[in-house]
Amino acid sequence: MSIELIWAIILSFAIFAYVILDGFDLGIGINYPFIKSKWERDLAMNTVAPIWDGNETWLILGGGGLFAAFPLAYSIVLPALYAPLTAMLIGLILRGVAFEFRWKEKNKSNIWDKAFITGSYTATFFQGVALGAFLQGISITGRSYSGSWWEWLSPFSIFTGVALLIGYGLLGSTWLIYKTENRTKRNMQFLAKRFFVLTLLMITVVSLWTPYLNSEYFDKWFSVPRIYYVLPVPILVIFASLKCIQSIYQNKDIQPFLWSIFLFLLSFIGLMISIYPNIVPPSLDIWEAAAPEKSLKFLLVGVLIFIPIIIGYTAFTYWVFRGKTSSDENYH
Amino acid sequence: MLMFDPLILARFQFAFVVSFHIIFPAFTIGLASYLAVLEGLWLWKKDDRYLKLFNYWLKIFAIAFGMGVVSGIVMSYQFGTNWSVFADKTGPILGPLMGYEVLSAFFLEAGFLGIMLFGMNKVGKRLHFTATLLVAFGTFFSAFWILSVNSWMHTPAGYSINDVGQFIPENWFEIIFNPSFPYRLVHMLMAAYLTTAFVVGSVGAYHLLKQNSNICARTMLSMAMWMAAIVAPLQLIAGDMHGLNTLEHQPAKIAAMEGHYETKKGAPLILFGFPNDEKMEVNNAIEIPKLGSIILKHDANAEIKGLKDFPEGETPPAEIIFWSFRIMVGIGMAMIALGLWSFYLRLRNQFYKNTFFQKIVVLMGPAGFVAVIAGWITTEVGRQPFTVYGILKTMDSASPIDAPAITASLLVFIVTYFLVFGAGTYYIFKQFAINPDTDKTHPVKIGSLGVSLKIFNKS
Ligand code: HDD
Ligand code: HEM
Ligand code: HEM
Repeated sequence: MSIELIWAIILSFAIFAYVILDGFDLGIGINYPFIKSKWERDLAMNTVAPIWDGNETWLILGGGGLFAAFPLAYSIVLPALYAPLTAMLIGLILRGVAFEFRWKEKNKSNIWDKAFITGSYTATFFQGVALGAFLQGISITGRSYSGSWWEWLSPFSIFTGVALLIGYGLLGSTWLIYKTENRTKRNMQFLAKRFFVLTLLMITVVSLWTPYLNSEYFDKWFSVPRIYYVLPVPILVIFASLKCIQSIYQNKDIQPFLWSIFLFLLSFIGLMISIYPNIVPPSLDIWEAAAPEKSLKFLLVGVLIFIPIIIGYTAFTYWVFRGKTSSDENYH
Repeated sequence: MLMFDPLILARFQFAFVVSFHIIFPAFTIGLASYLAVLEGLWLWKKDDRYLKLFNYWLKIFAIAFGMGVVSGIVMSYQFGTNWSVFADKTGPILGPLMGYEVLSAFFLEAGFLGIMLFGMNKVGKRLHFTATLLVAFGTFFSAFWILSVNSWMHTPAGYSINDVGQFIPENWFEIIFNPSFPYRLVHMLMAAYLTTAFVVGSVGAYHLLKQNSNICARTMLSMAMWMAAIVAPLQLIAGDMHGLNTLEHQPAKIAAMEGHYETKKGAPLILFGFPNDEKMEVNNAIEIPKLGSIILKHDANAEIKGLKDFPEGETPPAEIIFWSFRIMVGIGMAMIALGLWSFYLRLRNQFYKNTFFQKIVVLMGPAGFVAVIAGWITTEVGRQPFTVYGILKTMDSASPIDAPAITASLLVFIVTYFLVFGAGTYYIFKQFAINPDTDKTHPVKIGSLGVSLKIFNKS
């Protein structure tokens, strides 16, 4: 395996880790409008307060890793997605500061709750838009982006934006099923069921739409014999879906969350199948975009040393704050 | 038209977001260490005063750190969105360094921040102290890597250039420890410590003025003034060495900082004046003869090269950095003076009594931030017209982005930053107004969790 490919895998891992981890805490913001009482909102916030910053760090690793390992891709994708990324950053600012600020505001209709909701919706929607625009393909001439500043806008990218809102909604509600009890948990089960149905719908539409974006995608999925290799993906999706909805009905704690993650993993693998071996669709591949070997090797050493340590202490933090969260006094 | 030049807009946007960002690290790097010291003192001396102070500053730290994180994430995307050509060319060198920053610093900070803020009852005192220390180390590693990145842009080393114009690493050691890096690292870390010390001292002095017996306020003021008395003079020395290093590698920057347009033997030190880049002269200059040569070359008759003798179009604007440099150095001198004064008052046993001194300390609270920004403006504007000094011009670094896109995003950043960080600053000030000794929010609702820090009652 070439070092370029190893780096592509590392980056995929970082991005997937980000999608899952920040997905569920952005998902809390997406569920927030449906949580009415103050103490339940406090509770929902408390379930992620000690960990959200770590979750978001994977986004920085994704961005920084792209800069380091595939600088050409970084310098093409970021200008291409200028507007959606800026909107996403603004959204992340709003919801990021809300974690601290909402405790300082005594007012009943807390403005930072609104900022939290707005920020979470904005960040998620535009992440989805960015993903859609990326899949659609980016215009490149020479070594730079050559489209206009609204090339990202299309029915497909708007649709993937909405799809991601729903998907993160599912992650958020199932996370809260895991972290809460009684009334809150029941409310979350109610929401999770709805998000679940919509998520399936979105996965189906995006899966059917993507192959028609360009013929290369189509061939990857529907040409013989490839169709036999990729068939397990949709089959597993059906299986995971059944398990997910069943575990919600059976009033399980952590299973709905884990099955939702599995659904995300399958969708992510589907994406990778469509894109590979490109790093910027439709025409820039991993090898063309890669940094010279010396750069890749140097940072690879760091990744091999630090990622296991990071996973170790991240797991430790999750363990320290494990179990059901309560809004106030049970917390110690 | 100025407003519609994408390059100017991109530069303005970068300067705006990075200047906002640096405000928070300058404070949190120092504060993280201060919290570690407070917690350490509490564990060692078992004096509740330190725990009170720890809890008090922890709440402020949580707010400032949150703002540092979100403004920092913006930074890591700016290179791609606004400086994509720069990113393509320097990525092979700067990318891995920033990658190491994420791996060794950001994850460490973020990973242990949760325990530091909310974990006091969950993990026990020792482990909690470890978490605090690790967060402090994280801020240090972060400064290490990002300043290495920045210094490399000033004094590039250890690279070659390939056929598509990318910088290719040849020697990582030379890249990381490039010639200006040690100076910049030391100077910036001390700047962060001083910034924090003056904020802490200012809050301490404020409460002391309200209630002279306030033991927590006394402790704050005293700790802060020790820091000022020791570090401010060291900062002068570090700054001087930094300047000499710059003279060696970026003589045009020094000429602009000093307002030297003409090459002169035995150059004067221009204290004040109004540099005019167009006419290439300094109006109304107040000078001390020969001192310029003495400071820069340690020789009264040495020759100092003036801006006129550098290639045209390769010199930075003296009109800006002449002033920003004087603001920074002026504040540095004021800090040294205050440190000396505090020392003198201690000897005379007047330290907690002299209210005039305390009022001055209150006023000096924001001084560090002003100096930090002035310092960065000096450094960065002084690097112009290059992004990688001597090799890559700023105008060749920008993204192929249309002006309307940058204008729109710039406006959105400005509005959001002022609203959001304005609110954060307001909350921090509200916390400052609370008396640390009788902080009734104990057991504290530390920000996000609404957790009670019960150890305060137990111990
Ligand atoms: C990793 C690199 C890096 C780092 C650590 C910094 N900068 Fe910088 N700075 C740049 C990389 C850069 C740049 C990308 O190279 C810019 C953009 C335009 C330019 O000429 O250089 C720049 C420009 C730039 C300008 C505008 C100069 C001009 O266009 O005339 C200012 C005022 C600052 N920076 C201020 C700062 C501050 C306050 C920093 C502290 C955090 C800082 N810089 C760190
Ligand atoms: C212009 C270049 C810079 C970039 C791209 C950048 C990037 C970032 C990013 C992405 C974060 C968020 C990390 C997190 O989630 O914890 C951050 C925070 C931080 N940055 Fe920067 N930064 C820059 C300049 C600097 C400089 C010059 C320093 C110090 C000397 C610095 C010190 C820090 C520290 C200590 C934090 C932790 C958060 C805090 O303390 O508020 N940064 N930065
Ligand atoms: C006391 C006298 C001081 C001297 C002689 C001095 C000297 C310098 C010089 C020469 C530079 C430019 C480096 C370059 O060429 O790139 C610089 C930059 C800077 N200064 Fe100072 N400085 C002093 C005080 C301070 C103080 C008090 C602070 C903040 C509390 C501060 C913060 C900074 C910062 C943040 C930078 C930019 C980063 C860097 O290049 O190190 N300085 N200083």
